[in-house]
Parts: sequence; C-alpha cells; structure tokens
Amino acid sequence: MASLNRLRGRWSLPALVVLVALVGAIVVFTRQGDDPVPVSTREAVIDVPESPDSDRTVQIDTTLYLPERTPAPAILLPHGFGGSKASVASQATELAQRGFVVLAYSARGFGRSTGQIALNSLDHEVRDAQKLLDWLATREEVLTDGGGDPKVGVTGGSYGGALALSLAGVDPRVDTIAPVITYNDLAQALLPNSARTDGVDGETPAAGAFADDGVFKRSWAGIFFSAGLSGADATNPGQEAAEPGQDDDSQGLDNAAAAVTAPQQQAGDPRPAGPVNGACGRFQADVCAAYTEVATTGKAGPQTLEVLRRASPSTVTNKITQPTLLVQGEQDTLFGLDQADANARQIAANGAKVKVVWYAGGHDGGSPGPELRGQIADWMEFHLQGRGADPGTGFEYTVVGAFRSSGAPSLRTVVAPSYPGLGGSGATQRRDVPLTGREQVVVNPAGGNPASVSSLPGLGSVVARSSSLSSRLAIDMPGQAAVFQSEPQTAQTLLTGSSTVRLRVAAVPGQPVPADGAVLFVKLYDADANGVRTLPGSAVAPVRVTDLPADGTPVEVTVTLPGAVRPIEADHRLQLVVSTTDMAYANAAEPAAYRVSLAAPELSVPVVPGVNATSEVPVGALWGIAIVLVVCVIAAVVAWFRRRLTADVDPELESVPLVIENLTKSYPGGLTAVKDLSFRVEHGQVLGLLGPNGAGKTTTLRMLMGLIRPTEGGIRVFGHRVSPGAPVLSRIGSFVEGSGFLPHLSGAENLRLYWAATGRPLEQAHVEEALEIAGLGNAVHRRVRTYSQGMRQRLAIAQAMLGLPDLLVLDEPTNGLDPPQIHQMREVLRRYAAAGRTVLVSSHLLAEVEQTCTHVVVMHKGTLVAAGPVDEIATGSGEATFRVDRPEEAATVLRGLAGVHDVHVDGEQVHASLNGTPRATALQALVAAGVAVDQAGPRRRLEDAFLELVGE
Amino acid sequence: MSENGVHTDPAAIADLTDAARAEHSAVAADGSKAGYRAGRTLPVRVELVRQLRRRRTQLVLGFLVLLPFILVVAFELGQASPNRRAGGFVDLATASGVNFVILTLFVSGSFLLPMIVALFFGDTIASEASWSSLKYLLAAPIPRHRLLRRKALASGLMSVFALALLPAVALVVGVVWYGAGEAVSPTGEAASFGAGVYGVALAVVYISIHLFWVAGLALYLSVSTDAPLGAVGGAVLASILSQILDQITALEGLRDYLPTHYALAWADLLSSDVDWSGMAKGTFSALAYGAFFTLLAARKFARKDITS
Repeated sequence: MASLNRLRGRWSLPALVVLVALVGAIVVFTRQGDDPVPVSTREAVIDVPESPDSDRTVQIDTTLYLPERTPAPAILLPHGFGGSKASVASQATELAQRGFVVLAYSARGFGRSTGQIALNSLDHEVRDAQKLLDWLATREEVLTDGGGDPKVGVTGGSYGGALALSLAGVDPRVDTIAPVITYNDLAQALLPNSARTDGVDGETPAAGAFADDGVFKRSWAGIFFSAGLSGADATNPGQEAAEPGQDDDSQGLDNAAAAVTAPQQQAGDPRPAGPVNGACGRFQADVCAAYTEVATTGKAGPQTLEVLRRASPSTVTNKITQPTLLVQGEQDTLFGLDQADANARQIAANGAKVKVVWYAGGHDGGSPGPELRGQIADWMEFHLQGRGADPGTGFEYTVVGAFRSSGAPSLRTVVAPSYPGLGGSGATQRRDVPLTGREQVVVNPAGGNPASVSSLPGLGSVVARSSSLSSRLAIDMPGQAAVFQSEPQTAQTLLTGSSTVRLRVAAVPGQPVPADGAVLFVKLYDADANGVRTLPGSAVAPVRVTDLPADGTPVEVTVTLPGAVRPIEADHRLQLVVSTTDMAYANAAEPAAYRVSLAAPELSVPVVPGVNATSEVPVGALWGIAIVLVVCVIAAVVAWFRRRLTADVDPELESVPLVIENLTKSYPGGLTAVKDLSFRVEHGQVLGLLGPNGAGKTTTLRMLMGLIRPTEGGIRVFGHRVSPGAPVLSRIGSFVEGSGFLPHLSGAENLRLYWAATGRPLEQAHVEEALEIAGLGNAVHRRVRTYSQGMRQRLAIAQAMLGLPDLLVLDEPTNGLDPPQIHQMREVLRRYAAAGRTVLVSSHLLAEVEQTCTHVVVMHKGTLVAAGPVDEIATGSGEATFRVDRPEEAATVLRGLAGVHDVHVDGEQVHASLNGTPRATALQALVAAGVAVDQAGPRRRLEDAFLELVGE
Repeated sequence: MSENGVHTDPAAIADLTDAARAEHSAVAADGSKAGYRAGRTLPVRVELVRQLRRRRTQLVLGFLVLLPFILVVAFELGQASPNRRAGGFVDLATASGVNFVILTLFVSGSFLLPMIVALFFGDTIASEASWSSLKYLLAAPIPRHRLLRRKALASGLMSVFALALLPAVALVVGVVWYGAGEAVSPTGEAASFGAGVYGVALAVVYISIHLFWVAGLALYLSVSTDAPLGAVGGAVLASILSQILDQITALEGLRDYLPTHYALAWADLLSSDVDWSGMAKGTFSALAYGAFFTLLAARKFARKDITS
C-alpha cells in the first residue's frame, strides 16, 4: 500500500499527460471520420436539337456527379444567369455527398455549351432540359419511376430556378422542384408596376400588384444582359447569406475563401465556341431585340412582352403539380418576394404541395448558406426517396435583428404552419397603421436627374453584407419626395411581406403630364426615435399611373410596397415616401409635377405570426448531464461506503490515551521523518516528547491529529485507530506547530467560531475558563492580526483546551513565552493532568521536559532513543556518579563494595551501579579510603543521551 | 498592550482544573466525545459568518453593488450614441431597465463573474491553509469530505448571492434611470418588462450553472496549494486562456470543447421562443468540467498530507 502510494505520487503527472494525449488523439481520430465522402464525376456532351423542329444540334456540356452508392435518385442542377456548370460544382458535390446523382450542365449559350440564349424559353432551354431527363433515364446509376422516367428533382438559383419551374410545368417526369431566388414573370421582374387602380388581393403576405406598363428596372436589366454578353457571373450573389445560429467569424472566412476561389473557376472555363453575334453576344436575336427596345425606350412593346412571357414560368405554373419548395431572398431588388408569392399562389392553386422559405439573402444579400442548402437536400431526400421527416408545407422566414452584437448579424427563423392565403389556410393578418401627412407636390426633374437612391444593384451583394449600410444608403432628393408618417409604435410589429397603401395622385393644373403617365417610386422606411431611417431590403415600389387627367382630377391607386421582413420596434415610426426618381430605374425624362396625398390613411401591414425555429431537443447534451449527475452520485455513495469501513477499534486499549506502534512516515523523496516509532501514554501522565529540531516530533503529532497519513504502523487513541477525521479526535485538544486563527476576527470570536465549527454543545466548551488561562485581558476583543507571537501562542493553547479534552497535545507550548508565563504553563499542564486528563508535550529543551513531565520519550532522527518515567530515565536504575580527585583509586574502592558493579571511569568521574547500596555508604567508603569527593549524585543519563544527540 | 499585561490568574488554573475534575463526559460508541457528531460539524451558517466577515468578501459584494452605478455614470457622461436602438449590447443598454441588466451581465460575464466565483472557491481552503487554521478544523475533527463539502456549499451560496446581487442592483438602477419599458433582444424582438425580468432571472440561473466549471477548477487548485492567490489566479487564467482559444476560429469544432464556449448562451433566453440547445450544451459542458474537477479536488483533499 505504501509503495503503491509512492508509485502513485511519482506517476500521476505522466499519467495525466498520457490521459490528455489520449483524449486529444480520440478527438482527432473521431473528427477524421467526418472526412467528406468521395464523389466521382463524368463529363459528357449531350446533343440536343437547336429548336423544336430543327435538325441542327446544340451541344450541352454536362458533368454527372455520382454518389458513393448507386443507383440513386437524380437531381438536375441548372446554374444562374451568366454562370456555367462550374459555378454549381460545389453544390453538386454537396448533393452527391448526400447520396444523389447530380447532373450539372451549362445551359445553351453559357460556358462550353453551344447555342444561343433564349432566356429559359419553353421551346429551347426547357426542351434541352427534357432531353437531359431522357439521358438521365438511360443511366444505370439513376433510379427510375418507369421506362424513360427518371426519379429526379430539379433545383437551381435564379435563372436555374426559373428553369426548374418551367420544366416542372411541361414535364411530369420531374418529381419535385426547389427553385431558389427566381422569378414568376420576367416582365414584372424587369418592368414592375406596383400600383393598381382596382385594388390588390392581399390574401398572401407578399402579393404584388403586377400591373401592366411597368417602369424599367434599368440597372438590374443591364447587369442581366451584360452577364449574357460577357459570361461574367454578375447576377450571382457570390457569397452566402448569413444564417441563424451561425458563427459569424467562420462565415467570414468561408466567404473570403469563396471570393478567392470563384474567379479561378471562371478562369478554368475558357470562353465558349458559340457564334458571337455582334452587340447581341450570345443572345438569340429576338431576346436581343427585346432588350434593345426596353433599354432604349424604357417601355416594352407587344413583341418584347411575348419574348418575356415565353421566358417566364408563369405561363406553365398552372400545370405544376409537383411538391415545390420556393426559396426567396429578403435582400433581393431583382426578384423580390412578390415573385415567389405569385409562384406559390399559382402552384398551390393546382393543389400541389408548396412550402415557402424566405431567407436573409437574395441577389443583394447572398446565396443560401449551408443550413438552407441542407434543407433543400432534405426536401429532395423526402420527396425523392421518402426518407427523413416530412418537411411539410409550412412557411419560414428569417428575421434580421434590429441590432447586431460584435458585428455579426443576429438572425432568427420564424416558422408559420402555412403560407397564408394558400389553399385552405386563411388570409394574411393585416394590421392597419394610420399615416398622416397633407397633400404634397413632388417634382420630376428634367431627365430624371438627380435621382433618389435606394439600392446599388450588382454592388448590392458587396454592400448588403452590412445591411445597416445598404439599408441606410437610401437618399431622397429634396422637392422630389412626399413624406407620410405614422405615430411612434407602442409595441413591436413584425412586418412580414408587402404592405399596401392607397394613394391619390393628381397632376398639377397647368403643368404638362407626360404621355407615358406619371412615374413614382414608393418606399417604406423604418424611422427610429431619433429620425434615423432604414429602408428594409433597400427595395422600392415603382409605380406608373397612366392616363393621369391633366386638369388635376386625382387618380386613386393601391400600391403594393416591396416585400420585406422587418421588426418595427416600439417608438419607431413607419414613413412612407413617394418620390419621382430612383437611380435603379428608368426615370421619366419630361419635367413634371404631381400632387400626392393619402387616399386612405391606413397603411396595411402584413403580419405572419409563427414560432421561432428552435433546433431539435439537445438529446446528447441532456444525456450527458444525466450521466455526469449519475457519476457524481455513484462517486459520493462509493466514498461514503469506504468511509464506513475505516472504523477500527481495539477494545483492550480503550482506557489507554495513546498507543503508537511501528509508526513510519517516509516521503516520496526518500526522506524518512519517523521510523518505526512505538510508545504508549497512560492515563494521567504528562508525557514529554523530547528531541532536537528535526527529530520527527511534529510529524508524529501531525499523524496523531490525522493530518498526515503514516506510511506504516498506526496510532490508537483510546483504542480507536486514528485516521483523517476519525471521531476519536474529538477527545484530543491540540496545538501543533503554531497558532491558526482567522486574522480578521478577534481572539474571542475565533474561539467561539472554532467551537461552533466542531458542532458540539456550547456548554461543553468552557470558553470562559480557557480564555482565563490565555489571560489576554481585553485583548481578546481585538483582531488576532494585531496580536504578538506570545499572545497567539496562549490563545492557541486556550483553543486546544476548549472542551476539556481527555488528551491534550501541545507542540513546543513554551516557545515565545517569557519565564513567568512558562512557569504558569507548567503549572497548568501538571494540574490539568492531575485532574484526570493526559497531556502530551513536545519540546527540544531538556529542562522543560524534566520540570513539566512525568514521563518522557526521547526521539532522534525519527527513531525512539529512550522512553520511561522522567525520574527513572534521569537517574537510571540506581546508578551514581562521583566526581573525585583520584578516579582509579575510587573505582577500586567502589568495586570492593558488596553489590556494586559496572564501575567505570570517565575522566574525573566514576560511574557505578550501586544496586541497592545507599549512595551515602559508598560515599563513606570513598572518604574512608582518602579519596576527595567533589560531587556525588545520580547519573544523568537523559542529559547525556540528549546532549550526545544535540551535540552531533 | 504590552506582554506584561498578558498573564494567567492563578485562580484561572484552579477554575480550569475544577471544571476538568468535575466533568467526565461520556464517550460515544465511535470513540468520540459525547456531543460530537460528524454530521453537525462546520454548519454552513458558521462558515458563512467566517467568510462574510472578511474584508475581501465585503469589498467584492460592495463592488458589485457599485458597478451598475458606475455604468450609469459612464452612460450619462458619454452621449456618443444618438441611436439607442441600433448597434451592440452597449448601444441598446439604455433602451430599458432590463436591457441595462443585460448589458451589465454581458460586460461582467467574461471576466468579473468567473473571477468572483474563482475567488470564493479558490480562496476557501487555501486561505485556511495559509492561516494554519485548516489543521485545527480538521483535527476538531471535521471530516475532510465534509469540510470540503461545507466550504464548497458556503462558497456556492456566496457566489450565487453575488451573481444575483449584481443583476438585482442593476435592475433597480436600470429601472430608475431608463424606465420599465420593453426589453429589446439581440434579434430585435421586444419583450414585455415582466418577460424580460423573467428572462434575466433564468439567465442568472444559467450563468450560475455555467460557472460551475470555474468553481470546480478553483476548488481543485485551492486544495492543491497553500497560496490563495495561486488558486484564484490559476482558475481565472484558465478562464482567460479558454476565452482566447475560443477566439481562434481555425480551431473550428474543437472550440465546442472549451469550457467558456457556451458562456454567452444565456443570450438565447432573451428571445420570445427560447432555443435551449446552446444552454443545454453549456450546462453539460459546465457540469462535466465542474464535476471532474470537483471529484478530483475531493480525491486530492481526502488523500492529502496537511503540512501547513
């Protein structure tokens, strides 16, 4: 056991190091298991007809991503406008890792595919995709629903999302779709008009007016078109939108990495072989002509509208019956929430399952983050394989908090059971917020310049990372804007979707009215108590009021404001601004002035109540908590039982205050402080433990108090073996190696609290008597901090005497006391023992022990040197010492005496064992023999022994 | 007072010996003096008195009362933020009384609160050792496991009191200065004053549980050393180190294993629909670390040679 202890002491540090290393290794090992599953790819070029009845072909460049296990369901992954199959490579890999066969391809006119861009035309791109479905059905890696019908889902962002919708509308082989940030009607996306004279059905939260004769969204359309010309992926948000619960810092790193790698992808994708068609680039002629028309006139003629109609999913959404997950961005001035709203309405009308997700991104904010991509994969997994939980048909939207801590966007996702206004679910709740403001005149400057600013399309993705920056970018030009404002909110309102307001617009009599009608831009600001305004989503609702009577007769229109998600805090105001210009749009060039007022004072604010999305119950953590608690309980129970087993009594020794047997204490360094020490202290004794400093006295006393564990042997007090905290220690009063008091308390309080800590009844303590022994007078009420060494010593001895212990153990009690006090102390100890108690005193002073003790134990270097009554040890068994002038002669005389033996000479001294012969007789014999005796007395063996030891 | 005034009256010796002669109390079966019961030693009340009368404890508690006032003065002096609804915790602090409490907890959460817990737990055994009073308590005898338990309990009570005192004072100060308005959460949600106070109360409970790891570590260090400063400082250093490592994003998922990783998970409580997963993980992490160090401390203290 002892050697085991030593071993433990020596090995505990290395053991700890090994343990930490093991834990680290396990962590690293288990994390290596997270390595992504390998994904293999096959490149293929697939020929498709150039147009429905053409015999010329277009080559579509594809990559097939194969998961670990095939056959598997397939996912068709078209890319965004201006991109190529390379721009979806990472998402394709991710989906393949989830176990899908993924077919990524460059659409015609993009990447290495040949052909011309027809804007997802039903006759061109959609047919290409159908051919790809045919091809997928022939692959043995792909699961099929029947001959020529692969099990396939389609997902894609923006341009790719529109393809997913159109393809699902024309081809029933598609099993499910998940279009992301895409459009319903390209004409409305590029030429929006958010005002109707006949009112808007506001059943769904983000319904747009979708009126004809829209205002040209000049900046975005230009970016869109130039992306087709140059192949630059300008419409791609480029980075991921933030997600709730995401670590902002790692997100930043990911984005930085993405920003670095993106251009390389482009570089590895050399310019295509398709024919270059002058200023039209790779656009088909009719598309190019349509763009040229709107870009130059700002208006769309019937042919252009037909091109845009053919390019819009809205023509086929009435045929989509597949489960559809619509993902739309809240930061999107290109394809706003109203586009997804229209898709949702039209698809749900067919009875199809529709789920809608609005996330904190979009063309201005970023592409879906990993969590949302995972959600899309979950959707595919459920609807293609029937695995996982049913994603249902609910509605989720992300709320970007009103403030950010440490620069990270604070987001939360709210889940509503359904998208309001779809199928059986009720209409959207709308809260009427009264606006006030008199009629105001707004002026359109000639040429539409300078223009108000709402967003910076294209740049949006850069700026929108800091939504506070982008949403405060908005500037209204003075004189061009009419302002209507609400009272401060009394409680928070969570705006969710498109607010509507009814406005009255009239020409100023005498001023010309433009032939194209009045162009106005309506925006809804969130203004805080200090007047700082925020434009949610940086979006603006363009309005064209045609046929405005020149005589000043007003026209009333219902305006649908851009869809947004924004918590309007208490104390904030809603501010409706109607301006005549906006940088992002084709403004009216003719100078004009209009009178604008509220037709109805209410702003109708949509609210969709829901619960915050919470991650699933943290089962692992709860189990962990339970396990930790159980382990603690087990540890406590085991410790309790082990303590029960330590009691050890020897009934025969119950009346013996102290028995020490073979006591040994060695320390790991090899030092042995006490070695094989054995002695007894009987009742009523005052035992002195004598030895020089370092003899092991204090160590022995510490073992007696249960403070340190003996290496071997044991101590019994009144028959009970001493162990740390053994109950029998309550019969011992001790003072070992200095006092121990709380310096901030007075002496009296120290004793009182010490006794209270023992938990014993106060009447047993005899505090008064003990304090009298200490004799500190009024000093007992001073803080111990102020005491001298001697005062502390006396207080400590008084503390040891509290409760009148049966065995009083004092270590060097007279150190630091002055002679009268030492004298008194001896008196105390003697009389205390006489009163039926036992006292054990250690000292390094012989005189001390001789004068105080009845018995003595002499120790040196941890071993017992001598033990017995003080007299006996001091006098020996009848030994005498004579100091004489002629020692040899004296020795001879003494040897001659009867019974005297063991005579030897030591310098001037002669020692002899008289063995019963009185010392006086021996003295007489010596004197008679003529030896001069200088001194005669008992031989002082204790002193000899002690001096011998100390003298070393 | 000079040494000369200190003396024992001869009558006192007679009193003592008379008392000793008169009293021969019975002995219980376990060898203890009648009246002694291990289960009654070191009542928590006594330990609390011993600790609460220390100037150090009083200063810490006094500082906690003072801190909200200092913050208010700071806000009153600096009018830097014209917008009280945007920006970080700090800018939001003056939105309402509850927001002020949240700020107070936020600014004190990373250093002050762990330090206070480390102080109460790290100092408790080590300071007794440094005063040499530990050996007398153990020889009283107070069983070692019981001494550790009682002291930990007293330290825990004081820590919880301190952790509750700070937000309580901050709430009073906040309500007086900034009113009992709606609390605005980091995600822009608004909660009524009552709900806000309830959330803050739960946050204090979570913080108390989460700091268990600091308590465990400080207790372990406290039984390992005779230097109170070493024990307290060691625990605080460990907390700081963990926070530094938590900033190193390259560690990615490994940071989840850091004891301070979930220190601010209580912020989830401020939303209307509470996400408990972060707090559950934080509780698990804190309990696991805390229990590990506490058991280690108990084991070490039970086997240790007391030499101070």
